[in-house]
Amino acid sequence: MAKVLVKGNEAIAQAAINAGCRCYFGYPITPQSEIGEYMGKHLPPMGRVFITAESELASVNMLIGAGTTGTKAMTSSSSCGIALMQEAFSAMCCAQVPGVIVSVMRGGPGLGNIAPAQGDYFQALKGGGNGDYKIIVLSPSTVQEAIDLTYRAFHLALKYRNPVMLLADGVLGQMMEPAEFGEYPYKDPDVTQWALDGADNREPRNIVSLHMPEGEMEMLTNKIFEKYEQIAKNETTYEDYLLSDAKLVLTAFGSVARVAKAAVKKARDNGMKVGLFRPVTLFPFPDKDLHETAVKTDMILDVELNKGQMLLDVRSAVFGACPVEFYGRPAGGLLTPDMIYKKITELYSKLENTEAGVK
Amino acid sequence: MNGDLSVIISGFGGQGALFAGILLCHAAVVEGKHTTWFPSYGAEMRGGAVNCCVNISDYDVPSPIIDKADVVIALNDASQEKFESKVKSGGFMIINSSLSHLQTKRTDINYIKIPLNELAQKLIQPAFVNVIALGAFLEKTKILKIESVKQVMKEMAKTVSAKKAALLPNNLECIDFGASIISQRMVTV
Repeated sequence: MAKVLVKGNEAIAQAAINAGCRCYFGYPITPQSEIGEYMGKHLPPMGRVFITAESELASVNMLIGAGTTGTKAMTSSSSCGIALMQEAFSAMCCAQVPGVIVSVMRGGPGLGNIAPAQGDYFQALKGGGNGDYKIIVLSPSTVQEAIDLTYRAFHLALKYRNPVMLLADGVLGQMMEPAEFGEYPYKDPDVTQWALDGADNREPRNIVSLHMPEGEMEMLTNKIFEKYEQIAKNETTYEDYLLSDAKLVLTAFGSVARVAKAAVKKARDNGMKVGLFRPVTLFPFPDKDLHETAVKTDMILDVELNKGQMLLDVRSAVFGACPVEFYGRPAGGLLTPDMIYKKITELYSKLENTEAGVK
Repeated sequence: MNGDLSVIISGFGGQGALFAGILLCHAAVVEGKHTTWFPSYGAEMRGGAVNCCVNISDYDVPSPIIDKADVVIALNDASQEKFESKVKSGGFMIINSSLSHLQTKRTDINYIKIPLNELAQKLIQPAFVNVIALGAFLEKTKILKIESVKQVMKEMAKTVSAKKAALLPNNLECIDFGASIISQRMVTV
């Protein structure tokens, strides 16, 4: 199939439709309103459900409702809207309800601004919901990857009966670039063993997130965490860009990773051994792979459009194997290849001076 | 032309700055190039300021947001004011001299002043300033073939309302006319 020019938000919406999304619930917010607009135009004529909810809280609770029936469903929002949904994410993890959430980050904290940012890494990964839970978080850096990871999000949600978040940002949501849709590539698991479908000729089922009997909550949480271990084992994905001989390794996710990649390319063109480690899945975080990379390199530079959030996971994975530096700007800032390149040259010359000193 | 080029197209809402960028991007896809389009978004409205960043390249485009552009197309005075400092040294700026009488401030970039509204009015109607500017831009940079843009226009005409599709011949005429402004040196280049 030929490449088409498509806007990030619309690519995500069309990919969701291709993936078999039967219900979309949402409340408009910049910079992701085109997702709802697209769904509103395309879902009803297909006999599928589109609801403009009265709030983000309503959207995400509708998502729970659809999820309990094993129906593929999605909601989408941005930073302060996602903040309102956190309680439901915790409930979905506990009750093991599948669902896809698209988070297109804007500036924060507070209502912030509508500029692209990456300030919601903690929100997505460390959650504002209560209890021990994890949602699967996928981080696209191109419109093509936004399509591919939307497909994957729907599949993983059903495969593991867990909410899955596609964590994009204003750059990816608003930009257009050529991409190819292809077909939904996954075979989804059977949901009839657990879904609520009317209890006709079978025992009633109950999907809940309240477990009062002694020991039940602990047992369930342990079981759910075994599932998370399986997810980490099976689904961890990252991109290796020129890592094998790199003395300085950049870490970056999402749209910032493509800027970092250009800086790495420029550094390579100028004879510096620099590479890029880009986590595609943020949970599961590729910590083992990053640690192995850290052991073989001299320094890691984490680049983010925030004050240093993924940085904590990077440091935790590196675990002292090499020094970790950070370069970033908070909401409203902009990172260019030249800015990152300048930081690379600064750190790289430090590395070379240290090496010369040792010799 | 090989390599890559970044352009910011800016004007007031309704002048078609965003659409001109989309046309460019589609034409880049026709020629198999890498391309990105990124609009100003959010609180935009008819009459307000809008702009888009377009990258066309033989390689992956890093960021769709342009910090310094090779070319800026300013369809009104506010755009000239806002983006004059964003042109790379050695780059150029197309200014709609019908709507901007501002003094130019830099000596390290070139200015191409075209009375776009007057010309568009003479030819058809002022709504075509964006397409005429695009023609001039393409003739000057040679980054893509005018034919590719025309192909995109013809394809698009098949998917829009009959009223809009009827404007196809005007669009085709305007893009050629825009190119002729440069090739026939109708303005100082």
